[in-house]
Amino acid sequence: MTIADAKALSAVDAVTQAIARARQHESFNAILHIQEDRALERARAVDAGEITGVLAGVPFIAKDNFLTFDGPTTAASTFLKDFHAPLQATAIEKLEAEGAICIGKANLDAFAHGGSTENSAFGVTKNAVDQTKVAGGSSGGSAAAVALEIVPFALGTDTGGSIRQPASFNGVVGVKPTYGTVSRYGVVAMASSTDTIGVLTSNVADANTVMEIMAGKDSKDMTTLPDFWSTRSLDGPLKIGLVTESMTDDVDEGVRIAVSSYVESLRSKGHTVEDVSMSLLKYALAIYYVVVPAEISSNLSRYDGIRYGRRATAESLAEVYGKSRDEGFMAENKRRIMIGSYVLSSGFFDAYYLQAQKARTLLINEFNELFSQYDVLVMPTAPTPGFAIGENAHDPVKMYLADIMTVPASLAGLPALSVPAGVDEHGLPVGVQLIGKQCDDGLLMALAQQMEAA
Amino acid sequence: MTHISTDDVHYLAQLSNLQLGDEEAVALQADLEAIVTYIEQLSELDTSSVEPTYQVTGLQNVYRSDVVDDYGVSHEALVALAPDTQSGQVKVPKVLS
Repeated sequence: MTIADAKALSAVDAVTQAIARARQHESFNAILHIQEDRALERARAVDAGEITGVLAGVPFIAKDNFLTFDGPTTAASTFLKDFHAPLQATAIEKLEAEGAICIGKANLDAFAHGGSTENSAFGVTKNAVDQTKVAGGSSGGSAAAVALEIVPFALGTDTGGSIRQPASFNGVVGVKPTYGTVSRYGVVAMASSTDTIGVLTSNVADANTVMEIMAGKDSKDMTTLPDFWSTRSLDGPLKIGLVTESMTDDVDEGVRIAVSSYVESLRSKGHTVEDVSMSLLKYALAIYYVVVPAEISSNLSRYDGIRYGRRATAESLAEVYGKSRDEGFMAENKRRIMIGSYVLSSGFFDAYYLQAQKARTLLINEFNELFSQYDVLVMPTAPTPGFAIGENAHDPVKMYLADIMTVPASLAGLPALSVPAGVDEHGLPVGVQLIGKQCDDGLLMALAQQMEAA
Repeated sequence: MTHISTDDVHYLAQLSNLQLGDEEAVALQADLEAIVTYIEQLSELDTSSVEPTYQVTGLQNVYRSDVVDDYGVSHEALVALAPDTQSGQVKVPKVLS
């Protein structure tokens, strides 16, 4: 379903029908709570002409790490199970200012730590195409909600692939913009040097509409870039690099076939596609799983049971911290916090954290080198289609490997899209990833849109 | 392969302000060992004379005007989020036993 489909209805009808579809698809566990009262109130205001805008009356769902009014914001954790935000995220405010209506909050891996939405304190989200498979993550609920046509768009966050990978697994469009494009004020922080906000949709044009509204400098997030988002069209054929290291035998055959066929379509549209090498691709995941846990260990120190969230019953203050955090975090949260503490601790800092940040420079240099010759890079979004629920749950490193194709763009702050590239022999969706230079988001959108029309 | 001992797990838990159960510590020991072994491959890279990257878009020293801004959220609304309060203050258990 598209934004235009929603706009063809009255706002009350659009919202009522979206909520009905959300309830009808409860078995997927894509949505944690529905914000019916506020949604209907806003819908009536739209129909009365009191609220207008580009998205007037269009229902959407936000990942449950965006602070919103009317209902809790849990980050899918027991820690924030009953947390009711006193403010809304800038991204939500901007969409509401254009008349969009948030009808509910989507499931995720707790605190967005994960690549399958199996780490939610409130149960696994199932893949929209095959209920025995994961929806991907951490924006698994958002991806499934769009794929199930509950809403035309859903918001996600992408720190290392959390929008792109579930988009790929569910067969929808996922946009991770240039670092600093959208304000993160009012969104639960994970790793501040790579956290981005983006959108999942059924088509590229809708994604562009939503991104254009959310993008822009915000004094409440000092890392936002000066306004740069613009809707572009292609001036002529592009020079595109296909990363050969992303198409080796380690990658699922169905994924390689789908990506190769997308590459052929790029060529048939007149674009030049050449094989390029990215020697540091194989190190990107190791860099990521040093840098990101380090930032997580710092960012999540705020969850101590004192000022908000769940407080454990305890005698002393030290025990309040220790028990609240033990009870409020999932196993994966603890792994990441403790790895962060490890790589930052005295004696290990130089060997892990500093080495990773230097390796990150090498990775960025390699991207710069490639982008001096190519406009866009193409590779799979993930090495496999959606895997079986439980398949990787007991092997954290194997689970991390699902992010191997998406973390490079995150570490370099580059814009990247995942767009549907067909299905494998079992009918599971496969996504292809388009990566551009910083602030070339508009070019990626224009290319993806041209290909979508093909 | 780096060995992570049970003592290491408890030390990291202490640094992380996590009061772990014993069974949990055993499970985490194996997981942490596997993760540390994986990230160790970074030592293969020659990074001598390479500067670390901490910020990717080149923004530096972003200032705002020096005026009080409560971002539209009142003191009362924020204190009300705390699990325990008294007289408009956040209440905590005793710090020193």
